[in-house]
Amino acid sequence: MTSLDLSTDRPARRHSLSLSIGLALVGLNVVVAILTLFWTPYDPLNASGGRLEAPSWLHWVGTDRLGRDYLTQIMIGARTALIVGTGAVAIGASIGVTLGILAAFATRLLDDVMAATLDILIAFPTLLLAMLVVAASDSASLWSAILALGLAISAIVARLTRILAKRVLRQDYIIASRTSGTSWLGVVAWHVLPNIWPTLSVNFALQFGLAVIAEASLSYLGLGAPPPNASWGRLLQEAQGTVYTAPVGSIAPGIALVALVIGMNLFADGLRDVGDPTRRRSR
Amino acid sequence: MLRPSDKRKPTIFAYILRRFAILILSLLIAAVVLFVLLRLLPGDPANALLSVGADQQQIEAAREQVGSNLPLWEQFLRFVGNLARFDLGTSFVSGKPVVEEIAARLTVTVPLALLGFALAIAIAVPLGILSAVKANRWYGAAISTVSQLGIAIPVFWVGILLVTVFAVNLRLFPSGGYPRRGWQNEGQVLYALALPVLTIGLVMAASLIRYIRSATQDVLGSDYLRTARALGASFSQALIRHGIRNGAVPIVSILGIELATTLLGAVVVERVFALPGLGSMLLLAIEQRDYPNVQGVLFISTLLVLLIGFAADLFQRLIDPRLRERATGAAT
Repeated sequence: MTSLDLSTDRPARRHSLSLSIGLALVGLNVVVAILTLFWTPYDPLNASGGRLEAPSWLHWVGTDRLGRDYLTQIMIGARTALIVGTGAVAIGASIGVTLGILAAFATRLLDDVMAATLDILIAFPTLLLAMLVVAASDSASLWSAILALGLAISAIVARLTRILAKRVLRQDYIIASRTSGTSWLGVVAWHVLPNIWPTLSVNFALQFGLAVIAEASLSYLGLGAPPPNASWGRLLQEAQGTVYTAPVGSIAPGIALVALVIGMNLFADGLRDVGDPTRRRSR
Repeated sequence: MLRPSDKRKPTIFAYILRRFAILILSLLIAAVVLFVLLRLLPGDPANALLSVGADQQQIEAAREQVGSNLPLWEQFLRFVGNLARFDLGTSFVSGKPVVEEIAARLTVTVPLALLGFALAIAIAVPLGILSAVKANRWYGAAISTVSQLGIAIPVFWVGILLVTVFAVNLRLFPSGGYPRRGWQNEGQVLYALALPVLTIGLVMAASLIRYIRSATQDVLGSDYLRTARALGASFSQALIRHGIRNGAVPIVSILGIELATTLLGAVVVERVFALPGLGSMLLLAIEQRDYPNVQGVLFISTLLVLLIGFAADLFQRLIDPRLRERATGAAT
């Protein structure tokens, strides 16, 4: 096929490009998030202009219905998104990798039960699972959202880890390593984790993006962090009420969110091609 | 794709039986998860029946009525027994049977999800195949890029953007709401569902395109397609006669997952457009701490998800040409 001839040299360049674009988008987000810790264009909690002003030189994306600068809110939203994404992936990774490795080592019956349970948990969309945990915790806070998303991610990570780890454990060098006296923990540390890490880290990057989207959805539904934590989801929910008078408000936070998520996805794409040379040919 | 465990199951009948057992087991596990989660919710469910300042006797009576005074295992048995009979209790807030309200809500959510699903397939199948076949043309690459973009956009924002364009600027469709008389007024229902369906359809199409694209790429690189071409079939003949059937196999199970996701993902879309579906029922129930409603919606949606998965797996089994041959070969 003609497409095959082209795929040998072009994708390699495109993928290193996606890694750089991804890093740039995520990096911009990180810089803005850190910046908000020291400086914001205006006071995020108090009015700095008229209500629902259109974009101007003073207020680049206008003001919200209480007259607060909208760009300031969006910048703080970047911080929230990063905290949620990092926190959720950290929780999901630590629980998921542990469970997945345990399942890979477990007896057949236990492994089957764990696999079936994980399949069911995964069949449940992240958002619904998150809604449940948030509902079960007494009040909606940033931490309950992070915990909820982390738990949902842990199921996905656990299943992936289990499959990857089992594949590694079937290799001959594991038997060789065991016979030469390495403990199970040693096998995990020296053979399993280093081998599954490239695939896992790509998955973590993708899960980060999904967690950011899910958190935005939660706060859009009113189940996320309460004010004054600015979240893109809540900004969009508030802006929807005034979409007829101030349409910019319901567009700008979305663009920020999509930029971060796409950045993370591109980063994952690039990571996959750098970390796994076999994938480069097949794409 | 053939999973290793498939090798042991020669007949389709044995497969159905095994898959059915998994379905029942999954439902049981789901019941356990649901039961545990609802016990984690703060407060005794009996509190919802009581007014402030109730005395001990009233509290005991309420606990008796809800069943929260029984030991946990007995509560669980009652819970599973009731689920099996589709007795989901009565709402704390409205006092109506939960099943009735869910049935009413499903008349909104099911058409919304199915229409969105149909629209997504109508968009994704031709575009996905096109982007794989014409990967080296600009429009093939453009389709892939746009679908990449599509999976990074939250569904509610797509809804808001569509409202901005079609309701605010063009004034073609309503920005939300639902006719009070429901399906008695079909035209108005379809009018109200137009933007929500478009929202779901577009978002789902974006992720579907990627799966269909890679399935098509697998087919294009396959030996049977090359053989068919060598035997004199034209490219499109070979693709239609052999490619679609083989390429559809992995897609079917993904479609099952996507349909289930759509059904539950309708929660957010219903909120954007203020539709009285299953999702808004769940949100309201969580807000009001109406446990029977929360539990009912979760159980029914889990049931739907599992049933869809079951159906998708069976259907996949039926259409897979390789597995079908083996199945009939073993039977005769």
